[in-house]
Amino acid sequence: MSLMGVASTTRRLGRQPRLATGLVITLVIAVIAIVGPWLAPYGENEIVGKPFTLEGSWLGTDYLGQDVWSRVLAGGGSILLTSVSATALGMVVGIVIGVVAAYAGGWLDEAIMRLNDVALAFPQILLALLVLTAVDQPAAWMIVLLVGFSHAPRVARVARGVALGIVSRDFVHSAEALGESRLRVVVAEVLPNMNAPLLAEAGLRLTYSIGMVAGIGFLGFATDPGAADWGQMINENRLALLVQPWGVLAPVIVIGIFTVGTNLMADGIAQLAGRGTG
Amino acid sequence: MTTVAGAGCTLTDLRVALTGSDVDVVDEIDIELRPGEVVGLVGESGSGKTTAGTALLGYARHGAVIERGSLVFEGQDVLAMSWEQVRPIRGMKIAYVPQDPGAALNPAIRIGRQIVELLELHGIGTAEERLAGARAGLREVGLPDDDEFLARYPHQLSGGQVQRVALAMAFLPRPKVLVLDEPTTGLDVTTQGMVLRTMAELCRSYQVAALYVTHDLAVVANIADRVAVMYAGRIIELGPREVMFSQPAHPYTRALLDAIPHLARARALTGIPGSTPGPGRRPSGCRFHDRCEYVQDRCRETEPRDVRVGQDHTAKCVRVGEIGSWDINRGNVADTDPHKERDIILTVEDLHVSYGRTEVVHGVDFDVARAEVVALVGESGSGKTTISRCIGGLHGEWTGAVTFDGRALGKGARARSVEERKRIQYIFQNPYLSLNPRLTIAQIVARPMELFGIARGRAARDKVVELLEAVALGPTVLDLRTDRLSGGERQRVAIARALAAEPDLLVCDEITSALDVSVQGSIVALLEDLRKTRGISMLFVTHNLALVRSIAARVQVLSAGELVESGFVVEVLDSPRHEYTRQLIGNSPTVA
Repeated sequence: MSLMGVASTTRRLGRQPRLATGLVITLVIAVIAIVGPWLAPYGENEIVGKPFTLEGSWLGTDYLGQDVWSRVLAGGGSILLTSVSATALGMVVGIVIGVVAAYAGGWLDEAIMRLNDVALAFPQILLALLVLTAVDQPAAWMIVLLVGFSHAPRVARVARGVALGIVSRDFVHSAEALGESRLRVVVAEVLPNMNAPLLAEAGLRLTYSIGMVAGIGFLGFATDPGAADWGQMINENRLALLVQPWGVLAPVIVIGIFTVGTNLMADGIAQLAGRGTG
Repeated sequence: MTTVAGAGCTLTDLRVALTGSDVDVVDEIDIELRPGEVVGLVGESGSGKTTAGTALLGYARHGAVIERGSLVFEGQDVLAMSWEQVRPIRGMKIAYVPQDPGAALNPAIRIGRQIVELLELHGIGTAEERLAGARAGLREVGLPDDDEFLARYPHQLSGGQVQRVALAMAFLPRPKVLVLDEPTTGLDVTTQGMVLRTMAELCRSYQVAALYVTHDLAVVANIADRVAVMYAGRIIELGPREVMFSQPAHPYTRALLDAIPHLARARALTGIPGSTPGPGRRPSGCRFHDRCEYVQDRCRETEPRDVRVGQDHTAKCVRVGEIGSWDINRGNVADTDPHKERDIILTVEDLHVSYGRTEVVHGVDFDVARAEVVALVGESGSGKTTISRCIGGLHGEWTGAVTFDGRALGKGARARSVEERKRIQYIFQNPYLSLNPRLTIAQIVARPMELFGIARGRAARDKVVELLEAVALGPTVLDLRTDRLSGGERQRVAIARALAAEPDLLVCDEITSALDVSVQGSIVALLEDLRKTRGISMLFVTHNLALVRSIAARVQVLSAGELVESGFVVEVLDSPRHEYTRQLIGNSPTVA
């Protein structure tokens, strides 16, 4: 994403209520996730009372008697970092695949996109689970890689579609007639014109990443079983859903709000792109 | 103005403004349409001609509103009617033919069904009568009326056929008034000629009062009885066709006529400086004053009223009668001398071009000399653009020999040497697509210099300023992106980019066809100047024969991928040998 695209998008924010709302929600949750650990009334592994009671701060305690509110505040950082990195990875790999396919055209395009379709046929989470069950204690980078690569084929389809509409335009032909290198044609002529739709795709992919990373946590493939993590918290506390619902509801609500925020943001950008960004 | 009750219609003091502002799109439009008469409404883009045209249907596009005015039709004011009252009149009594009829026909319904449906909607006749009516309508516009044709879908018709179906549908309910909005734009001259003749015949035989909205003066010169010229939302001159084309009174009309090429003689075309101001940016006083060569102080202050010039002829100019008479021959220049020595720079021999397995150009030979303009002329599908793309290195599927300055040219741009890529520059038809919207003008124009090592950094920027000056653009545009420029300005940037490489051959693919005539005039003048001062050769691809006369020395006429005639412009146009060339010349609309 170039800085210019971001800047021009920011200028239009005032006239884009959907995008503005999404952006504000996303930023608020992100800020909570980042500075949360310092605001938490208790430590993330501090026992403040009996399990599943309303002791501790306002949201009560979890299965070990740790403070739910403190763990919510502390548990966003990892999910945020993992999903943002995974999204970035997926976007980069996907864009490269898609743009190369679109610009190359012909049989290379066919070959790349058919392989891509094969990758697409796998349900996203399945591939991740396959690998994660094989390892004992997954490292954070592993989750980033798995989620990232599972996004790539989806991003590639979108990127190729957008790029196809651009590589056939005369300014690209003009650059080719001048004898510009292929790399420069892609970087200087094609990519800058893909900003808006790709930004929208990134927002959407971030939504999915959050869901997937939380899902992986929920299924118990946590990098650090003791640490606070929104996905993992749902798993830890689900037994007492009827007794102390906050242990589950609190992380569910933040994840929900976060995904709604990123999705609104993606929608807003897509709307903006639909109207053309000059 | 006088109106016979029940005949034609009279539009008086029409004002259409942008919703919620006092910015007018068109204002003070007075025009009378008489039965059996075609009035040509001519204007450049942004003049408000389409807005004025659709106002005759009591309609203003989204974002605009009819603020004032009356349209007296059959004794009633259509503009004062409610939506429910206007509806039965639209299409029935006042019909409309859109610019792109392909978009107006439903692609999923057969032609016959669509026509019958129209009659059903208006509750005309029984089922059999409607079908018979549909057949009769198609016959009238010269289309087949058999079941096979009625069963076709719109995509199975050619552009001209679709346009004639639209005409048939417009005429079927026997309207009294017909508004045609550039109905032949995008059609080849032969097809356009047919559509225009059909339209004119139908208007006369059914005594329809027609308003023909167009940007093309040449078309109007062939079909209109009276001509109204619009500029910046006003009708600035209105008069009978013969008078308008021989004794135009308004400086704008004169400038427009100076900008259009003639088939019969070569002219030094001139453009009008600046561009047509859009709504909200129009100057006070006479709206043309900032571009007018006869401007005086009073033009800036007072808005001119209609001045009667002659019978049925008015002009909105305070200086009518003071600015002398206009002579159609003013811009004439001599045709290029066929006996001049030619120093050949580009030779094309036995060129065959294909797209996949289809061969579209079958063995074409021609050459281009130094500082010479050679035109490639043909209708759509003739292969003229394909040939130019091969020479420009944009299409590689060809066989034959293309020799540039003594060396055989490689097929695609990547198969050519840096030197060859630098010396041959290609300019595209549509300046809205050929410039990267993400880059600034300075970046776009400087790039070929950086790439070919001509200049970089500060020096490149200085050269960009020089080049922009050469194409009549100021340094203020340097750091703008292209979306801030008009079509003509964009095309100038594209030309500047081509010049930045210091080329010897410019391949120009229909570079003026997306532009207004006044802009075309100035681009042609610019190219002529570049040819003379820099000795640049040009391969000029166009469908406009009249333009060829004014710009080129030699012409190659193409039909279906084959060269049917070639030679010096003066010889080919004055004494065409091939039947196709004769037909093309015969169908080309021309003002004189």
